[in-house]
Amino acid sequence: MGSVAIPKLFRAHPTETWLVIVLIVMSAGISLANGQFFTIANLFNLLNTSSVNLIFAVGLVVVLIAGGIDISFAVAASVVQYVVAIGLARIGGGDWFIALAFAAVVGACLGAVNAALIYYFRIISIVVTIATFNIFFGLLMFFTRGVSIYNLPDWWIHRTMLIEFQQANGTWAELSLPVAIMAACVVATWVLIRHTTIGRQLYAFGDNPEGARRLGINIAAMHFIAFGWLGLMAGIAGVAQVHFTQQVVPNALAGRELDVLAAVVLGGARLGGGRGTVLGCILGVFLVSVTQNGLNLLGISPYAFKMIVGAVILVAITLSNAPLSKMLAGLRQTRTA
Amino acid sequence: MSDIPVGASTPTKASWLTRVSAGLGAETIGLLMALVAVIVFFGTMSPLFLSLQTFDSMAFQLPELGLLTLAMLMPIISGGINLSVTFTANLCGLTLAWVLHASGGPDASLLAFVLGSILAIGVGATTGLVMGPVIAYTGAHPILVSLSMMIFARGLGEFLTRGADISGFPDFIQPLGHGSLWGVPIPLLILIVAVIAWHVLMTRTRLGFSTYMVGSNIEAARYSGLPTPRVVTLIYVLSGAMCAVAGIIMMARFNSVRVGHGESYLLITVLACFLGGVNPFGGFGKVLSVVLALIILQLLSSGLNLLGASQHLATAVWGLLLIGVMILRWVSGHLDFLRRRIFG
Repeated sequence: MGSVAIPKLFRAHPTETWLVIVLIVMSAGISLANGQFFTIANLFNLLNTSSVNLIFAVGLVVVLIAGGIDISFAVAASVVQYVVAIGLARIGGGDWFIALAFAAVVGACLGAVNAALIYYFRIISIVVTIATFNIFFGLLMFFTRGVSIYNLPDWWIHRTMLIEFQQANGTWAELSLPVAIMAACVVATWVLIRHTTIGRQLYAFGDNPEGARRLGINIAAMHFIAFGWLGLMAGIAGVAQVHFTQQVVPNALAGRELDVLAAVVLGGARLGGGRGTVLGCILGVFLVSVTQNGLNLLGISPYAFKMIVGAVILVAITLSNAPLSKMLAGLRQTRTA
Repeated sequence: MSDIPVGASTPTKASWLTRVSAGLGAETIGLLMALVAVIVFFGTMSPLFLSLQTFDSMAFQLPELGLLTLAMLMPIISGGINLSVTFTANLCGLTLAWVLHASGGPDASLLAFVLGSILAIGVGATTGLVMGPVIAYTGAHPILVSLSMMIFARGLGEFLTRGADISGFPDFIQPLGHGSLWGVPIPLLILIVAVIAWHVLMTRTRLGFSTYMVGSNIEAARYSGLPTPRVVTLIYVLSGAMCAVAGIIMMARFNSVRVGHGESYLLITVLACFLGGVNPFGGFGKVLSVVLALIILQLLSSGLNLLGASQHLATAVWGLLLIGVMILRWVSGHLDFLRRRIFG
């Protein structure tokens, strides 16, 4: 039965299964070389460092499912950081709830700008978002003159731990607040795309826009929901990122969009729409961060990290695209023959 | 009404006009109008704009972006994209820098420079040689393949340099970045040669034709007997080689090599291609229109600079320009449609 179940799983969720196998093999390899890998402290560390990217990732996957692409979300998050920081200073402090709600609204508005341009003028999303990337980033750098904000409310930059305890070997295991925000975002996105009519419509729209339109799906709503959701997530991710960096730097997030895109597509989302899962996002983001974490534990120079991560992604996409399905098809043929 | 021929008295003029407009395409005419508008606007705003100095500074700034845009252009016309252009250019610059350093740094000979340049172009071509087959044979999306190549190239460069600047080159490379020949800046000459080469390649050669076919419909191209994997590989190899040229010019301009030089050009090159009317899905796009788009972008940034605005504001204006042009194209498409409905 087991030998049948695995190909079946492969056929239903090829990328996810493949990533799980790679992650298990990699984790086993790293933990054999370094006992530190399989500790609570390291697990928490992994979650902390992945949280911001994962919030971006679950936002981006919604846009990819709907058949779009977005390059502008990371700089949109920087814009949100600035707006929120200035807004909070105006109202004299605020708290996490106000900051997150404010960020979500501003982010969703920026996403709606993209959606409006794409929908009303029928410009394809990569053109629009490359333009808005430049507009957001250019205006942000112009108005801020590249100056960072250090004077932030205490609750925002003071490291808040969800769980912390001292391990037997004396090191502290700490799980910080953004991980909870990340978990909420992941669950919310999962509910949206898996358990609502809107989610099913997003898949349908991404897979076949014209077919979806003829079925009576509201195309305008699809655009605004997908890009609005990514904007919302980007805003929240921006607020979470400030918690780690403890300052608002205008160009801190520019460039992050491509890393997140790589992780999400690695997780099985299809550029072109109709495919993508939250689980895939999680696996894609974790494959990248486990690689980095493992290299770190193995004592490899940090300068080599990106090179190896790039090579891992290149090999992973090469393997996960054609050969695997061909191999399985060959397997089935030999069995039936 | 003006479409109706007035008579046989002016056939040569009419046919000349139609031939020009057909040759340029409606989009190029729009770009030319934008170009004139930009020149008139900044010309009236600042008396310094229409001066030799402005031309000179533009002529030195344009080539880096221009060469990288050419490297981006072929993959986009083929229906793909090459997001690794900037870091490939850095890697190629590093290759040349090492050859020069290995043969004596400032005392390196011209032969070392030539050898280093050939090696740099080889490195650029190698990135294409890796990406091309992966894209052609596995069907992986070019965005993802070139993105991972970008991450790899950046990582490799950072690993090798530890993020530091590499400098100390022989004096004779200076003219490549700062010199002039017959009053024309040498980087601009190199760009012009590259543009002509790309234009001839795309319009007169088998590879150019194949690139358009692959971009329009890769399956149809394959069934027509085109060796699509070889075409795709060649496209990315040439793109990588063009990155090397850009990398060498950048090295001469800055007199140093650092991984991350020109990083911000990456999305601008894509923007320039789209502004130049290249179809984002591939299959359509002209080298000369893209050059026109590049000139407009450079004029905008130089003009804003003269008015005292920063490069960042220029970046935002570039984005707004792209949106504006796309909206105008949408409007003109609708007008065409309406005209055909009413008169057709």
